[in-house]
Amino acid sequence: MTDAAPALSIETQDLSLWYGKFQALKNVSMGIKNGLITSLIGPSGCGKTTLLRCFNRVNERYGYVTTKGEIRILQKNIYDPDISLIELRKSVGMVFQRPNPLPLSIYENIVFGLRIHAEGKLGKGHTDEVVEKSLREVGLWDDLKDRLKGRATGLQLEQQQKLCIARLLPLKPEVILMDEPCSALDVEGTRAIEELMWELRGRYTILIVTHNMAQARRSSDESIFMLMGELIEHSRTEDLFLNPVDPRTAEYIEGRYG
Amino acid sequence: MGDGAIDLAAAAAERRQRASVVARGAASRRRRWELVGESALEWLIRLCGVSAIVFVFGIFFFVLREGAGFLFHGLNLRQFLFSTEWYPTSQSNVRYGVLALIVGTFSVTTLAMLIAVPFGLGAAVFVSEFCSRRMREGLKIVIELLAAIPSVVWGFIGLGVLNPLIQKVFRVPVGLNVLNGALLLALMSVPIMVSIGEDALKAVPDSYREAALALGATRWQIVYRVLLPAAKNGLLAAVLLGVGRAVGETMAVLMATGHAVNIPHSPFDPVRTLTATIAAELGEAAAGSQHYQVLFIIGILLFSITFVVNFTADLVVKGIRKR
Repeated sequence: MTDAAPALSIETQDLSLWYGKFQALKNVSMGIKNGLITSLIGPSGCGKTTLLRCFNRVNERYGYVTTKGEIRILQKNIYDPDISLIELRKSVGMVFQRPNPLPLSIYENIVFGLRIHAEGKLGKGHTDEVVEKSLREVGLWDDLKDRLKGRATGLQLEQQQKLCIARLLPLKPEVILMDEPCSALDVEGTRAIEELMWELRGRYTILIVTHNMAQARRSSDESIFMLMGELIEHSRTEDLFLNPVDPRTAEYIEGRYG
Repeated sequence: MGDGAIDLAAAAAERRQRASVVARGAASRRRRWELVGESALEWLIRLCGVSAIVFVFGIFFFVLREGAGFLFHGLNLRQFLFSTEWYPTSQSNVRYGVLALIVGTFSVTTLAMLIAVPFGLGAAVFVSEFCSRRMREGLKIVIELLAAIPSVVWGFIGLGVLNPLIQKVFRVPVGLNVLNGALLLALMSVPIMVSIGEDALKAVPDSYREAALALGATRWQIVYRVLLPAAKNGLLAAVLLGVGRAVGETMAVLMATGHAVNIPHSPFDPVRTLTATIAAELGEAAAGSQHYQVLFIIGILLFSITFVVNFTADLVVKGIRKR
């Protein structure tokens, strides 16, 4: 592979993870293709959120986590001692299950990332431009342009979640991780977020954990099925749902358990 | 055989009916007792709740009654508030000016807060955000112990430890001064600031920390960009409660500030506070005399100051909940 852009943005090799003594991931090896939307599905407790939270290493904030194996993001092992967590999290953004805008203004939420990574002061002209661009990209600009100084926590949930996506964009991430981003939203909100994911597709590699199999089916290019900490099957979404290879996958997508 | 069967059935039905009547009687009797017990308990709880209000107003009226006679007839309020001349036992010209005492209280309190706020809030941030769980438990126990030291013991520390220390370090002739009192008050109000401040920080949802962390913020950036703004009302309330504690403190400042009626020009001047004046002089003033009444008027003044401080703290905390 000699392309300038690597075909895989995330690769894991024999990744295992323990919470204390409990093993949550067992020898997971996989590759996530660049610029596509990949969904992680599986029953509760199968390790999909744990896996997702490995990619920006936020699960390490709980002291009792041990990991073994390798994760390569853009061909760089993120467990290398010389890797900077701050830089890693700058290039791997995350959207959470419950929209969690910071208790600041809408404007400050979007420039928050720039401010914490900036050395010195940011010019107002520059930040204004960034705010408009990011809000336009998630389709909030027309609704919010007149109240950028308003509190972000007062928005509707759907707007909050879009804002949480918008605030990642100024940092120009390579990967966006989404941990059940629609589970707190209604049907309309879910549809809006899915449409937004399609618009972002191609420019960012999107990895989404979902409980909703219909969502995985309609809004992802590839799907990964996990069970009890193991990766069972990884293929194109249509193949996984129409012709699952593993009988456990077939049973899950038919709704026999989970 | 048919008759017998009918008889049996009828008897069974009657028995059942009687049993159910008895049961209903017992149930209604029990319910009545429960009702009485319940309402009695309700009244008791209501009494407990109201008692706090009753006591506060009772104390206020008692203090007001003792001082009212002179407060409304005879006291020159302007002289009282704006004169530094405190000669309550003078034979020829009695003067009651508490300005120096007010300034004394505020100078000690202000300096105490300048020392205590950075330490108290810093400790709160450390305990809630930076230290390990085991260390946190240990620290909290020690901080609570600090709060449990009686104020007269603090006074001893002021006399026996800080006094010579201040003399030596700053090369001043007397170590019983504003600085000494302020250090003691700072140590006494830090625990309340730490525990209330820690509660305020703990009340900030974890999702905010995660959001900032996932954007690549360092721990310190999370603290000053997210947590401090989010918890600012709670932290302000912590500071104000510390102020209330410092303003009202008596014994430690009585022992450590030098007890001289004096407007201080530096932290090394001795002062006297409102509280210390009451404590020192009430025992010697003849009950009902003007001097006695003026001391109660000082009590009313103190009461008003702490009331304003606590009320502000309360409003600030309410501000948090409204959001």
